Amino acid sequence: MITKPKLQAYNSSTFLAYALIAPAAIYILCIVAWPLFETIRLSFTNSSLAGEDYVGTKNFAKMLASTKFNKIIIRTFVWMFFSVLLKLIIGLIGAALLNSHLRGRAAFRVLVMPPWIIPIAIGMLGWLWLYNGYFGIIAGIGMRTGILDGPFGFLAYKQSAFISTIISDVWVGTPMVTLFFLAAMQGVPKDLYEAAYCDGASKWARFYSITLPQITPVIITMALLSAIFTFNSFEIIWILTEGGPRGATTTLIIDTYKQALGNYKFGRGAARAVVVVILLTLFAVFYLSLLSQINRKVANE
Amino acid sequence: MNKYTLFQKILLYLSIAVFLTFILLPFVEMFYASLRPLKHLFRSPYQFYSNDLSFWAYSEMWNTVPRLGRYIFNSFFLASCVAILTLLFVIPAAYSFARFNFPFKNGTLYLLLAVNMFTGPVLIIPLYKMLRALSLLNTYYAMIVPGVAFLIPTSIWLLKSYFQKIPIELEEAAFVDGASRLQILRHIIAPLSTPGLAVVGIYAFIGAYAQQFLYAISFNQKKEFMPLPAGLYEFIGYQTVKWNEMMAASLVGIVPVLIVFIFLQKYIVEGLTVGAVKN
Repeated sequence: MITKPKLQAYNSSTFLAYALIAPAAIYILCIVAWPLFETIRLSFTNSSLAGEDYVGTKNFAKMLASTKFNKIIIRTFVWMFFSVLLKLIIGLIGAALLNSHLRGRAAFRVLVMPPWIIPIAIGMLGWLWLYNGYFGIIAGIGMRTGILDGPFGFLAYKQSAFISTIISDVWVGTPMVTLFFLAAMQGVPKDLYEAAYCDGASKWARFYSITLPQITPVIITMALLSAIFTFNSFEIIWILTEGGPRGATTTLIIDTYKQALGNYKFGRGAARAVVVVILLTLFAVFYLSLLSQINRKVANE
Repeated sequence: MNKYTLFQKILLYLSIAVFLTFILLPFVEMFYASLRPLKHLFRSPYQFYSNDLSFWAYSEMWNTVPRLGRYIFNSFFLASCVAILTLLFVIPAAYSFARFNFPFKNGTLYLLLAVNMFTGPVLIIPLYKMLRALSLLNTYYAMIVPGVAFLIPTSIWLLKSYFQKIPIELEEAAFVDGASRLQILRHIIAPLSTPGLAVVGIYAFIGAYAQQFLYAISFNQKKEFMPLPAGLYEFIGYQTVKWNEMMAASLVGIVPVLIVFIFLQKYIVEGLTVGAVKN
């Protein structure tokens, strides 16, 4: 008789806990989980604006048999690899610089943020102007220094468009990586540095043997996180090249979008989206297991 | 220990200058282009020096794209709606995660992080079909409803950590005095977490503003509902692109966001990077 009211109180608070979460959970179920399920279902149909019929695995068979699609997959990973690698390297250097004890470091930290905050779509209009082959500043510097012997449309040629979209993607992603690395560096216990200093370690030695190992978990986490963001990156390529010239910057996301809302071939688009979802799920599982491993390690220490 | 030689200092400042040039060059060049007359911009190769800078583009842009004001309004209206809706969903959920222990709590929190991985383009097909079935295409709703879902996860994580900073003793005291949990949420938690709510609200607003382009080009064809990032394309004409006015309008679209963010950056960045410095 005594435990019953207690139990009731406990139950009601669990009920309340779930009730408070319910609106957000239901919203996400409707806008994320259900569409996810629906994407998988649609990938087995020939859905279009006209209607839909079940077609089995035809979309997948056709997609995987086309060399174009295989090229897109490879291109996506190459694009992602270079973009993520550059973000990590530049972010690490940037964070180390901002972490140095210089006058004005607070201001420098703020100055890094703008590309991260503004809508990507607007930033890309700026890049569109920078890349302009006749009048842009990059072509201008190239022409005046003699590197280019005439106007050069950076987004008009396959290779240069590929590289240009990577650079713009790095520009968008670097601030976040830098700030996370900086936060991690500032979290490294000061006494480690003091001990090393007393032992006569140089600045470089301190960075290499204290800072780097200490922030390795964050580096790995950021590598994975920015891989996910880069994989999902849509607006940058869409605004700069729309996947061109002649498909040179068509990544999986761009291809999915083109099939889906360019041609209204929902079935084929959904099949591509399923590939994206499978790859993202692999990333996600990897990311979450890594995160819990790191947390466990931190808890043990 | 943190003393630098003069040479090291110069080297560090130079490196920072190179790094910040990469980050800020597009903004500087956007601003510079917005100050120059179009015929001056259309000289090849690029002219570094201009002697006829003016703010002319900032007044002319409203004539070139008469609906520009409307686009700016749409952007702020849409982002505000998304931010307010996000807060309404997130406040109770974040409170629940901060204060209650219940089965599957950690699992649910990590599952929320997984939502972050699926962004608009991946789910665009069912979302398009859903909005079409509900005849919401080409309305404001089409650009509000999807965006909220993708902002909820991070907002919950952010707000949860703010709620956890409020001493639980305050609540317990009120509880002993007979206040209900919802009364506590309204009269104790809400006022004390106003700064946190502001930060999460700004985060949601900026996030919503950033997402607008995709939803606008996918779900809306009505010009009167178009947000600024999509509306800027009207500066691209059949004959020429009015780059100077386009850059001016772009800056008008981003400067307010930048100013608000710079004032609150400490809190937002702290909240977002807190996981990175846990130990």
